[in-house]
Amino acid sequence: MIFSPPEAGKPFTNKIPQVHLREFHKIVTRFYSMETITLSGQLFQYLITGITVGSVYAMVAVGFNIIYNVTEIINFAQGEFVMLGGLIMVFFHVVMGLPLIMAFPATVILVMLVGILLDRLAIRPIRQPSVLTLIIATIAASILLKGAAMFIWGKDPYDLPAFSGRNPITVFGAVIQPQYLWVIGFLIVIVIVLSIFFDRTIIGKAMSACADNPNAASLVGINVKQMILLSFALSAAIGAVAGITVTPISLMEYDRGAMLAVKGFGAAILGGLGSFPGAILGGLIMGTIESFGAGVISSGYKDAFALIVLLIVLFFRPSGILGSIEISKIKRF
Amino acid sequence: MTLKRIAIFTTICLFCLGLMVSPAMAFKGTYKVGAVFSATGRTSFLGDPEKKTAEMIAEQINKAGGINGHKLELIVYDTEGDATKANLAVKKLMTQDKVSAVIGPSLSGTSLAVLPLAEKYKTPLISCAASYKIVHNDKTGKPYKWVFKTPQTDTMAVEAIYARLQKKGINKIAIVSVTSGFGASGRGELIRLAPKYKMNIVADEKYGPKDTDMTAQMTKIKGKAPQAIINWSVGPTQVTVLRNNRDLGMTSIPFYQSHGFGSRKNIKLAAGAAEGVFCPLGSCNIAGLLPANDPQKGVTTKYMKDYMAKYNEPLSSFGGHAWDALHMVVKALSKVGNDKAKIRDYLENHIKGFVGQHGIFNYSADDHNGLTKDAFNMVVVKDGDWALAD
Repeated sequence: MIFSPPEAGKPFTNKIPQVHLREFHKIVTRFYSMETITLSGQLFQYLITGITVGSVYAMVAVGFNIIYNVTEIINFAQGEFVMLGGLIMVFFHVVMGLPLIMAFPATVILVMLVGILLDRLAIRPIRQPSVLTLIIATIAASILLKGAAMFIWGKDPYDLPAFSGRNPITVFGAVIQPQYLWVIGFLIVIVIVLSIFFDRTIIGKAMSACADNPNAASLVGINVKQMILLSFALSAAIGAVAGITVTPISLMEYDRGAMLAVKGFGAAILGGLGSFPGAILGGLIMGTIESFGAGVISSGYKDAFALIVLLIVLFFRPSGILGSIEISKIKRF
Repeated sequence: MTLKRIAIFTTICLFCLGLMVSPAMAFKGTYKVGAVFSATGRTSFLGDPEKKTAEMIAEQINKAGGINGHKLELIVYDTEGDATKANLAVKKLMTQDKVSAVIGPSLSGTSLAVLPLAEKYKTPLISCAASYKIVHNDKTGKPYKWVFKTPQTDTMAVEAIYARLQKKGINKIAIVSVTSGFGASGRGELIRLAPKYKMNIVADEKYGPKDTDMTAQMTKIKGKAPQAIINWSVGPTQVTVLRNNRDLGMTSIPFYQSHGFGSRKNIKLAAGAAEGVFCPLGSCNIAGLLPANDPQKGVTTKYMKDYMAKYNEPLSSFGGHAWDALHMVVKALSKVGNDKAKIRDYLENHIKGFVGQHGIFNYSADDHNGLTKDAFNMVVVKDGDWALAD
């Protein structure tokens, strides 16, 4: 090809005569961009977008579940981990200029550290912890983290370069950003790593034991406090991954966390609180319903569709799609 | 010992007296003007440049000898964007500080909260907020007697866009808006004015202010194949929507943003996706681009130079609203003195062809905003910067 597709930001050089340029521009644009889109192309686009957004919700939901399983509390600072992941990544990758491969783990470790501090400074020191006081402590922590982020980064949104460029791929008339694939890919990686961790490793099994029965777990020699610490670190890390991968798509600013936490919490409830496959299913369903609702019915009521589906599911299955009523009965929350 | 004490005491007294007397000796008296801005808090991006601008102007005027030999005393209070605080501050300015006029508040909400005070205490108030309701009494259909405002309204931005579309022969449009106050108000005006400009709205899409991705909405619009897309939002979503638009290969459809897009930061954040996007902006944003014969060229260039020299930060167009308001008050003070009723009458009857930062103002008994859609210049993003659209 002599001519590459017209990219915004890179207008054609004016070496070519103007008339030819304009005609050629038309042809190229029509060929590449397909100004018209078929219905099936539209539906496929909604599906792709929904799965991508849903993957982010799913990651947040998994983060909720890890902490919930070990401590029975809902960590309301989960959205703040996502926000911190995005903004710290911007700092390492854009401001400091570290390559992606170094900035990514550095960010995850730093956010994990924040998660560990959250446990040590806000959760563990509470005397006679009831589930409610712990939850209130996480709400306070989320406000603190949000305020700190506003102090450090200000109120402006920040951008991160996409991991592998911004040239969209066209499949069946739908447009896929390479970054979408990164988001979905990281969700898959998280699922695989977590299932190996919980099924195959001693620490993972110890964590699952704490989730089942903390008293019995401590009787067989599992350090429950350490497991709680680990759960915070783990869910902070997953939150950070969600933040890092979504920032190139949606930008990130200090107060984005709360909304993601609400969506992720909805996804966790939909799938069944405490169930990992449920969290992923719930996230993907939420994202897809939002996307189809916005595209096919009305974008103004996009959030309402997801909530209506959530209510309907809870009406027929109070424990969520993959949750178990027996387990939810013995939980305190 | 005692003598020494007396000597010290007398020196201090004389010194203090000197401090008190010296400004008054240079000036015949003081003209007090009150200012209320949301200088801190969530909306400080509006109030902070306004406060800095007003302080800078007061300093410049006093350095140049004041208003007809009178010192301009600017009393600034911070509303933090809170209606109650704005109310208290304006009440204090009008009853205790006894100012001749008040400029501000910065927000539509706080302005609506304080306008009854201006009517009650019969003190002219020039608001720096956008909503047309500030100068439109729904009951009488006329402006409030004592309240004026400087910023352009949504209506003018919509008219500026529609007029251009009509000129280009476009009538099949899609609108996208954020579900916040700004977006809802703009969407309302887009729909209300569509029949007047014979616009056919084929898609009316919305998104939340914290949404991650607007591809679904843009895909739906793509399916409707409009001739132009108008987006009404502020914040990061107005950048995301542009990127989604580009990714979907819709760059050949003209894309119009609201005046909320008027910051170079947004162009940078869009990472190339803002190229070719149109947006109506006040002259204040684009002082450097105005042709030399533009009547606003002089004032806007000077303001930009002074502001950047004093505060060492890029100019925000919001400061221009305070510039317009304070300079109008100063003009009135210089002509009729500090009588509040005379200032009001002067503003209403004699602010004609007033060259400000955001347009050329013509106040009248029926129009306390004084601007038309011509207060907006249509600009286009070209090579990562603004350029005047033809």
